[in-house]
Amino acid sequence: MDFTLRIVMTGAALLGLISGALGTLAVLRRQGLIGDAVAHAALPGIVLAFLLSGSKAPVVLQLGAAVSGTLALLWVQAILRTTRIRFDAALGMALAVFFGLGVVLLSAAQHMAGAAQAGLDRFLFGQAATLLREDLLVMAAAGLLAFVLVLAFWKEIQLVLFDEAYAATLGLPVRRLQTLLIVLLVMAIVIGLQTVGVVLMSAVIVAPAAAARQWSSRYGRVLLLAGLFGLLSGALGAWISSLAPRLPTGPLIVLLLTALALLSVLVAPARGLLWQYIRRRRARETARQALMAVLQELARHHPDAEHPHPTATIQAALGTDVPVEAILRDLERRGQVRYMPDQGWQLTERPPHTP
Amino acid sequence: MSPALEILLVAMLTAAACALPGAFLVLRRLSLVSDAISHAVLPGIVLGFFLTENLQHPLLLVMAGASGLLTVYLIELLEKTGRLREDTAIGLVFPALFSVGVLLIARFAGQVHLDTDAVLLGELAFVPFDRLTWRGIDLGPRALWTMAGLLLINALLIRLLYKELVLATFDAATAAVLGFRPVLLHYLLMGVVAVTVVAAFHAVGAILVIALMIGPPAATLLLARRMPTYLAGSLLFGVLSAVPGYGIARLLDVSIAGSMATMVGTLFCLVWLLAPETGLLARWRRHRRQQRDFALDLLLLHLLHHEHRPEATAERHRATLPLHLNWTDEKFARILEEGQRRGWLRLEGRVVHLTEAGRRHAQKRMETLTPAQYPA
Repeated sequence: MDFTLRIVMTGAALLGLISGALGTLAVLRRQGLIGDAVAHAALPGIVLAFLLSGSKAPVVLQLGAAVSGTLALLWVQAILRTTRIRFDAALGMALAVFFGLGVVLLSAAQHMAGAAQAGLDRFLFGQAATLLREDLLVMAAAGLLAFVLVLAFWKEIQLVLFDEAYAATLGLPVRRLQTLLIVLLVMAIVIGLQTVGVVLMSAVIVAPAAAARQWSSRYGRVLLLAGLFGLLSGALGAWISSLAPRLPTGPLIVLLLTALALLSVLVAPARGLLWQYIRRRRARETARQALMAVLQELARHHPDAEHPHPTATIQAALGTDVPVEAILRDLERRGQVRYMPDQGWQLTERPPHTP
Repeated sequence: MSPALEILLVAMLTAAACALPGAFLVLRRLSLVSDAISHAVLPGIVLGFFLTENLQHPLLLVMAGASGLLTVYLIELLEKTGRLREDTAIGLVFPALFSVGVLLIARFAGQVHLDTDAVLLGELAFVPFDRLTWRGIDLGPRALWTMAGLLLINALLIRLLYKELVLATFDAATAAVLGFRPVLLHYLLMGVVAVTVVAAFHAVGAILVIALMIGPPAATLLLARRMPTYLAGSLLFGVLSAVPGYGIARLLDVSIAGSMATMVGTLFCLVWLLAPETGLLARWRRHRRQQRDFALDLLLLHLLHHEHRPEATAERHRATLPLHLNWTDEKFARILEEGQRRGWLRLEGRVVHLTEAGRRHAQKRMETLTPAQYPA
């Protein structure tokens, strides 16, 4: 494997790991779209950092991105605290306004710095191929810091995530912990921007957590799994993108992550929709068999096997909590029973077990 | 018409056309759907472009509208599984669709002028160059007609379905009971949003569309208490942010769409700060006033309590009062001055006395504080 590919794959995997795990914090608070907002809000910071420092070093730009991303979220929090505007509107407006400001600064930078600013917008749309070894070191350092913070405040973060009011009654500094959550998220997003870009960032935050949530209901495991899913998709996406020309990495990672999330929704044990479907089918089959047994039992008390019985009789035999009507309709569709107007339900000649 | 006026007109029409459906989005807590739709139209546009090889072809709008509606449908499909919440569903769907668009462009349209930033940023400055002509007569910029038509459609729809939309927004259950089909209305509104986003972002870009849909209604929400005022205010704020936004962009020679989005945010912040009663400034002043009134009441009650007692002189002395109330000297001086101004306090030498009016006020306060008012 050549050197560049190894760098890009490592970078994408690191990004997936960090953003995936930290994204869980946002998704569990039902604020998954924070990722989208911060990613957009990073733009003015990126441009300003460039204009002030004259440098396009990723660390400088990332610092600027982090500052303006945090400012945007603090603005959202302040709006929520002081007005009756809801989270979605505050977030959407912060996103658009900050990005608009960024576009203004970007066009100003074009006049001021001329060609020197070229490539700033690469940050906007992400280009994994531009990752360097130094970028990986920054990513790893930031990831390690986030990891230490999450571990150090393990139970406090959990409390604030799941029961803010209780956390406050315990005397925890809820506001400061919320700011910590914001900082962690901003770190995750800023790290990912260079690789996947503004628009796709929200998927990298949301998808791993959404997938992981299907496999476990325990906080720690979801966090771990989300990180793992992010890591795998990142590495795999970077690898696939190297197989053919003009296959951008970011969209590939996002599509992989989306597929993983959808697959998890379908087949994860316990929560999977597929298992739910099979369970329901089985339950319906059992219910049909029980009802057929009742009808056959009733038929034995009458000279003619096709004697009709009113719904109420069948309901009485099965108990009131059984949806008799629905099961009967189901059997009728299968041709096993027939409804005689004003008389009730009767068995048809078809043997009960042919579908 | 001069090009500048044409751009400004298009911007104002766009702002108005966006504010109408946006007002309902904000009330229904669906603001971020505009974000999702505005990004997810990309694959529709790319496919339309592949089919027609023409960026101006009307089919592009149709395809973009279709992918916008597909976004809404997919989000609700995922949400209905009960396995993903709304924010997660939105956060999954639109990046996936956008990714498909980016991949399509990268794979098959490498040489063609169709890039993602054009979709995201738009460029109002190009509006005057794309003109509509009829039998050789110049009818003005094409965008002018599109946006005017869009505004007309949106206004008509909201006028016709006003009662139904308002009811379904504030009380979906009642609307359903009365037979107003809130689900159908929801999809209709989403359709309007999708068409608006698609028509508008061509001229102004996706980001400004989001700003214009959410910002003006959010700002108005701080002021308006009634639905008609709210709608009118949203329209007004949207149109108002277009003018200085464009002016500043011209003055500094920067992106028009970006400058207008920034102006939307600035306008919001102004309202947020200065709104009567609910604004930050008004709240801060009210808070200060309440603090002062409370302190003054405390001082009056303290004086009342110690009147006609042996310790009266010591307790009402200018030197001991700040200590006993645990106030700084400055605060005490401020409150004392306020009490004198209202005619409740009188300073005799260094001793503070209640005036007749001050005593009456203190006694009234006392009554409101005694437990007698709480029934056993």
